Amino acid sequence: MPELLVDARAVSVLRSGRAILQNADLQLKRGEIVTLIGPNGAGKTTLVRLVLGLIRAERGEVWRQAGLRIGYMPQQIHIDPSLPLSVKRFLALARADSKAIDTALQQVGVGHLLDSPMRGLSGGETQRVLLARAILRRPQLLVLDEPVQGVDVSGQAEFYSTLSQLRDQLQCGVLMVSHDLHLVMAATDTVVCLNQHVCCQGHPEAVTSHPAYLELFGRDTRPGIAVYTHHHDHSHDIHGDVVESDGDREHA
Amino acid sequence: MPDFLWYALLAGIGVALVAGPLGSFAVWRRMAYFGDTLAHSALLGVALGLLLAINLNIAVALVCLLLALILVLLQQNRFIATDTLLGILSHSTLALGLICVSLFGDTRVDLMAYLFGDLLTASRADVITIFTVSALVLLVLILLWRPLLAITVHEELAQVEGIPVNLVRTALMLLMALVIAIAMKVVGVLLITALLIIPAAASRRLTRTPEQMAVGASLLGCVAVMTGLAASFYWDTPAGPSVVLSAGGLFLLTLLRRQPA
Repeated sequence: MPELLVDARAVSVLRSGRAILQNADLQLKRGEIVTLIGPNGAGKTTLVRLVLGLIRAERGEVWRQAGLRIGYMPQQIHIDPSLPLSVKRFLALARADSKAIDTALQQVGVGHLLDSPMRGLSGGETQRVLLARAILRRPQLLVLDEPVQGVDVSGQAEFYSTLSQLRDQLQCGVLMVSHDLHLVMAATDTVVCLNQHVCCQGHPEAVTSHPAYLELFGRDTRPGIAVYTHHHDHSHDIHGDVVESDGDREHA
Repeated sequence: MPDFLWYALLAGIGVALVAGPLGSFAVWRRMAYFGDTLAHSALLGVALGLLLAINLNIAVALVCLLLALILVLLQQNRFIATDTLLGILSHSTLALGLICVSLFGDTRVDLMAYLFGDLLTASRADVITIFTVSALVLLVLILLWRPLLAITVHEELAQVEGIPVNLVRTALMLLMALVIAIAMKVVGVLLITALLIIPAAASRRLTRTPEQMAVGASLLGCVAVMTGLAASFYWDTPAGPSVVLSAGGLFLLTLLRRQPA
């Protein structure tokens, strides 16, 4: 049984009297990758912020292993153009020495960017640098908020393979929010589908065997991405409330 | 050089030194309007100081500190857009300050001196106060430099990494309140923000790291104080506005250079 890092039990978060998260459960374990999917407004970011300890739940509780070191990769970063900041200085903000910074950049495959200014980086390079910052403190848990947003499928596959190596090297747990409802990282142990509450969870199917994926991307795409097919036993009306489902309906 | 000019020069340099790094944060964090709001409330501090017959620097610092804390609380509630909130407070406190000074202050109160500065009447005591506060604020800035930069780059990332974000942010606002209290003598409440923002913006175009930019802003601020005072001495122009205009001129000069990344 892998070591438990975070255990969120029946957490609810309200904003202006409206529930953004209702009775959600989430367990994160060492060495395991959990991918969080769900439509816009489903509360994915809220759940991530609970795990990070940035907000508190109105109901339920979030247990964290004592002294848990979390590496966080935010969805995006905006650095004001008036702030001259090199990649090296950006990474040093995590209280790291230059050796650790070098190593982290090498690990995510962008060692050559050390002295580049942060503002000159492309979207993909910025994501790599943010990932380097997240692993700098040798985290026991990596939390990534939509790390591959705006990255094409082959870029996603590359990112996932880096992430999978990092997980093996650091032996850390990973919680990742995916912007896509169907394509997730193949190495994901559990996919959690959220729509205010946890709708369903399970293992993704292997990419290579799934016809929908093959149809879309052909056989020669690099492995790393998997398809998560889900059948719900309930549906949501326009307010997000659960309604009786007229048979199994695939997630749209 | 006459004594009053020495005191004026030292007072100006004392403020310019601390305005460099603090102004850099104001630019990076887009706090110009926040600085303006605090500065405008300084006049209320003057009125309070006159009314209670206490040291004006202390009264101004206290009112600025109080307003900074109120702003922190109101911003956390987010019930209204920050710039709207700042606009309301900035102009209400300025109006209240003007009314209070005219009601409670006696005829000897020179409103212009508070609004636009009164550098040429700086005394030995003023210089000592300015250097004490300036040194204190610089010390705190140096101690908090990395956490301050970290929350400027990404607050949530900083918080996850264990930086007490609210505490650091509040500290920055309090430092700003202290600097406004000492800068009022130099450029007056209406021009304080200029002394923070302009040297920092000019320095940005010449530097490649946050530290270079902060130090560069201090140096440019000192140059602005010297040229402004010289202009004031030879052409009899008002000292505070001359300093600000010199800074503006320096900024224009830096535009000739392409901004490094």
